[in-house]
Amino acid sequence: MSENKMIKKRAVVDSRRCVACGACMAVCPIQAVTVPDGCFARVQEERCVGCGRCSNICPAGCISILEKGQEEQR
Amino acid sequence: MKKTKKWYDYLWIWSILYFTLGFFNIIFAWLGMIDFLVPILIAGVSGNKFFCNHLCGRGQLFTKIGNDLKCSRNKKAPYFLASKWFRYGFLIFFLTMFGNMVFQTYLVAAGAANLREVVKLFWTFKVPWDWAYTAGLTQDWIAQYSFGFYSLMLTSTLIGLIVMVLYKPRTWCTFCPMGTMTQEICKIKHRK
Ligand code: SF4
Ligand code: SF4
Ligand code: SF4
Repeated sequence: MSENKMIKKRAVVDSRRCVACGACMAVCPIQAVTVPDGCFARVQEERCVGCGRCSNICPAGCISILEKGQEEQR
Repeated sequence: MKKTKKWYDYLWIWSILYFTLGFFNIIFAWLGMIDFLVPILIAGVSGNKFFCNHLCGRGQLFTKIGNDLKCSRNKKAPYFLASKWFRYGFLIFFLTMFGNMVFQTYLVAAGAANLREVVKLFWTFKVPWDWAYTAGLTQDWIAQYSFGFYSLMLTSTLIGLIVMVLYKPRTWCTFCPMGTMTQEICKIKHRK
């Protein structure tokens, strides 16, 4: 079983409020969140371990840490 | 897993250096134009916020002081700060003040106003800054623009530091005019 299947949480970005500053990607320990096109941040679900660092630093308060499968990325 | 540091991870030093240089010689304020033009150029050409995400010394400085040195309360910022109307309202205000500064420079260049060796903080408080310029060193309008631009840079950094302490380290980034402008350029480019 891959390690990530044991991880129950993941980060979800509210793209309507994201200002694409990249503060989240600067603190993510595994580069699971990026701002690829300057519009808003995107989380790679299969990489994210749900540690919450991005959510803690996000100045716009637009990252939630949710149970996997709880809600689709908006 | 530890990320390997790149050269641009040290650009926070540039932010400190900029204000130090301008403290001793105001003409160095012109170097701040790099921070104005490069983000727009990158967003316009590459369609991303590589500047905000990697190259912005100011954003890095707020992370360093607020997060690493724990000088931020790290509290949730008021909801309106990241709202569209506030961000675009602040952008319009900022651009208006920028235009006003350019007009002042024009007046000095045209001989209709005298050079004022002051730094204006928060667009209101005039702080004498005459030690940073020797009259006749260059043309008056070049010096006038320097004082105006340095005022703008210092004011925005001070606002950034205040909201850094009160809220999250990079709260300034939610309504930073450069950030708003570059994100809008990217959205237009990608039609989002
Ligand atoms: S820190 Fe928040 S506002 Fe900034 S890019 Fe990440 S999700 Fe968006
Ligand atoms: S929750 Fe942790 S692993 Fe997932 S994107 Fe945020 S910082 Fe990265
Ligand atoms: S939003 Fe402004 S301060 Fe923040 S990283 Fe971008 S240019 Fe720098």
